[in-house]
Amino acid sequence: MKSTGKVTGIISNLVTVETEGPVAQNEICFISAGDSKLMAEVIKVNGRRAAVQVYESTRGLKNGSAVEFEGHMLEATLGPGLLSSSYDGLQNDLTTMTGVFLKRGEYTSPLDHEKLWDFTPIAKPGDKVKAADWLGEVKEGWLPHKIMVPFSFKGEFTVKSVKEAGSYNIDTVIAVLTDENGTDTDVTMTQKWPVKVAVGGYAEKPRPCRIMQTGVRVIDTLNPIAEGGTGFIPGPFGCGKTVLQHAIAKQGDAEVIVMAACGERANEVVEIFTEFPELVDPRTGRKLMERTTIICNTSNMPVAAREASVYTAMTICEYYRAMGMKVLLLADSTSRWAQALREMSNRMEELPGADAFPVDLSAIISNFYARAGMVVLNNGLTGSVTFIGTVSPAGGNLKEPVTESTKKAARCFYALEQNRADKKRYPAVNPIDSYSKYLEYPEIQKYLSDNVEQGWVDKVNTLKNIIRRGKETFEQINILGDDGVPMSYHEIYWKSELIDFVILQQDAFDRVDSLCPIERQKYMLDFVLDICSRQFDFEDFEECGAYFKELINWFRQMNYSEFGSEDFKKYEALIKEKVEKNGK
Amino acid sequence: MASKAYQRIYTRLDGITKATVSLKAAGVSNDELAVVAGRLAQVVKMKDDTVTLQVYSGTEGIPTDAEVVFLGEPPVLNVSDELAGRFFNAYGRPIDGGPEIQGERRQIGGPSVNPYKRKQPSQLIPTGIAGIDLNNTIVSGQKIPFFADPDQPYNQVMAQVALRADVDKIILGGMGLSNDDYLYFRQQFESAGALDKIVSFVNTTEQPPVERLLIPDMALTAAEYFAVDKNEKVLVLLTDMTLYADALSIVSNRMDQIPSKDSMPGSLYSDLAKIYEKAVQLPDGGSITIIAVTTLNDGDITHAIPDNTGYITEGQLYLRTDTDTGKIIIDPFRSLSRLKQLVIGKQTREDHSQVMNTAVRLYSDAANAKTKLENGFDLSDYDMRCLEYAKEYSTRLLAIDVNISIDEMLDTAWELFGKYFSKAETGIKEEFIKKYWKEKA
Repeated sequence: MKSTGKVTGIISNLVTVETEGPVAQNEICFISAGDSKLMAEVIKVNGRRAAVQVYESTRGLKNGSAVEFEGHMLEATLGPGLLSSSYDGLQNDLTTMTGVFLKRGEYTSPLDHEKLWDFTPIAKPGDKVKAADWLGEVKEGWLPHKIMVPFSFKGEFTVKSVKEAGSYNIDTVIAVLTDENGTDTDVTMTQKWPVKVAVGGYAEKPRPCRIMQTGVRVIDTLNPIAEGGTGFIPGPFGCGKTVLQHAIAKQGDAEVIVMAACGERANEVVEIFTEFPELVDPRTGRKLMERTTIICNTSNMPVAAREASVYTAMTICEYYRAMGMKVLLLADSTSRWAQALREMSNRMEELPGADAFPVDLSAIISNFYARAGMVVLNNGLTGSVTFIGTVSPAGGNLKEPVTESTKKAARCFYALEQNRADKKRYPAVNPIDSYSKYLEYPEIQKYLSDNVEQGWVDKVNTLKNIIRRGKETFEQINILGDDGVPMSYHEIYWKSELIDFVILQQDAFDRVDSLCPIERQKYMLDFVLDICSRQFDFEDFEECGAYFKELINWFRQMNYSEFGSEDFKKYEALIKEKVEKNGK
Repeated sequence: MASKAYQRIYTRLDGITKATVSLKAAGVSNDELAVVAGRLAQVVKMKDDTVTLQVYSGTEGIPTDAEVVFLGEPPVLNVSDELAGRFFNAYGRPIDGGPEIQGERRQIGGPSVNPYKRKQPSQLIPTGIAGIDLNNTIVSGQKIPFFADPDQPYNQVMAQVALRADVDKIILGGMGLSNDDYLYFRQQFESAGALDKIVSFVNTTEQPPVERLLIPDMALTAAEYFAVDKNEKVLVLLTDMTLYADALSIVSNRMDQIPSKDSMPGSLYSDLAKIYEKAVQLPDGGSITIIAVTTLNDGDITHAIPDNTGYITEGQLYLRTDTDTGKIIIDPFRSLSRLKQLVIGKQTREDHSQVMNTAVRLYSDAANAKTKLENGFDLSDYDMRCLEYAKEYSTRLLAIDVNISIDEMLDTAWELFGKYFSKAETGIKEEFIKKYWKEKA
């Protein structure tokens, strides 16, 4: 029997409930408000009083309102049809909601129960299976969507029967499993999983050993993110966080992409809704929307659901990872989620940590980042969840709790810089402050040596060194004046400008330049490094500047040309000729 | 307020603070309004049978035996076409001497639009000001604030923008307006003969600060009536959002909440987002565009109010006094309209993007030349021409008193390019040069 309760106190969306019967931490309950029921989650229990955060507006709610506890935590519904869907933070399907305005208490089904899927069995009767093992598959778009033993099943089961190949809806029983005690359980194409609990069901979680291409040079060349890795992008407003994230979403080398728009502008989500069904994935030639799930809890939607939205998104990612897929999760922005935690902690009158954030903020963030990763499934295949979150630091100051906590948890750091954004040097990622810990992993170094080029990491470090020295000499030139420094200073400075304009900067709105495959990045790094390693002979600093400006212009034209095309070769020849004339 | 038969009346207060009163009461609903000793108040907290009410106009002089009447509903606004041309206070009552509005009672601060049902903003809103139309084009459904210092004439600029903008309705939400500014708006609207398309909700500095928390919701409820029910293009002006945020911090402080950055409440981002996100392009053609003012403290944009605003709004406009020409201009460097690329070159002339970027680049060359001059270096011929160009660009295009069409702005820019620069120095695409280049007259 379900536990019940009565409302005894309300402060904004924090409601106190006098309970009858047992309740669990994080249990979901519904509060009656007139003719609608409001979903809420238990966040604290004290004696018979439970504090619950309501996922909706509590306007008009009265003391004494009836509460019903559901006996489970907030769950995501998993099954075929998740891809190309648009959900709110609680996984309600936004597309099937009626009316222009969101109605309080309107909850819609995440999956289509009518649609038929072409099912092919994988398991046979008599097979021994456990949680997350594959029983069959359906085609979701072009992806083989595995129907698995539900993650919540404990112990070993024997397959009693599996449905023959055919078209079924998601509620059809496609297998019957017998547990160790001989009890039979039906399995359908859909299952539920509590979003705040990490999905298990894999054999091991090794260190990441491959990089994930994003087509963005400042990431792939300078600070690559590993497949199954974690990274974050902090930056003040107006530095191009969202443009960079959208670029990664469009080009990321993943089979499934989940975008969690968490507490950000609604018009940015509208942009995704408008563009993604039109845009074509450059790798597969399919529409981007077919591999994308959008979880959207914009800044004006209920605050408590913001926290839920990132967990819902992560659970969907883990589900696809268990099918052996390469999944990319993008969350914009995790600061908004932290702020939602702060609002709630504040209403509960907890003792605050730094900047009034809850003291366990750091632990919550690192737990969340830890759910990403590459896994080896029970059948020996691998799957991965790569996670990139954005952070919106207050006042653009990186010394604030969310950025600092995230820095401890994420392995890649892409620092967007106001100064670069002001100069329109996009993407405005600071090449010196940013880092990828993965470059230090021997596995990744080996992968890059084997798959990109021998000694690649050394080359990348050489490149970074030139940028660093360029920055130092630039400061010297500023202090001492153009005439006050040796010629070599100008040369170093302009070599670093060459790298900046040709490799670091990239036009996210240009069809060709926006996506730079790793072969092309290798070609460019080698080409640019060759120029940088040469000694040049200039009369004065003006000649030096003019010389490099011309090189930069040709290189940029080359960036806008298809790799290996006529135009490309024309600019390549121009550059080579000019370099041969002067450089030694 | 007339009393009704079913109203619940209490006469015993248990607690009084500067902004709140608490009492034992039953059957109260969250957010419900009440009248405490004749003053409007709202339920903000319920704990067992104790109810805490926030008294909008403050609690000075309220006795423990004050009469408390619960009204049974949250703040409402009567909406109908009669709203047009009228002035209201924060509670939605007329302050222009006219009759009460007859119409549908609507709760303010209603739900948000389903993001999936929104349309991408796509209609340009011309204002005649080149600093906006040419450099930072505003699109219907956008939300954008002016970041201005308190001594800058932001209210005058807002009034100008509003009166010139091609929209069906203008809703003014004035928070902490000085009485002079209120009368200025009123006089401007009246003398422009545009009163019939304007609705104003005003809280002046003479009124209690906490009252102004109702203003944005009142204004946006009226806006939603015209945009959703009538499919109209609505422009909402909110001035000054910094004073709104200050009122938020007063309330949260009185409610013993732990402040976060700059003594603002931890929920500042959500509170502001709830207002700004009402800006929307609706599927049936109606739209709400919000132009707001956020006053800065000595230009500091890292303060919590402008900082949170910047993360929410789609760009920002900066006002600046150009010391060379003495004109108030819209700063072309720091101002940004994030949605401008949705209309530039699509609803405006093909050369818009290139002309805009080139004009700003040359203006920035002028700024470099000026620095050189100030540091005592010699100026090249190019530098001199840049400086001359900057003066004319500032007066003829950036100044807020300019009022011309976008085509005229583009033609003016071409004229300036031809007057001061060579074709190569502009670096504009060959096809546009062929079509639009104007030789020095």
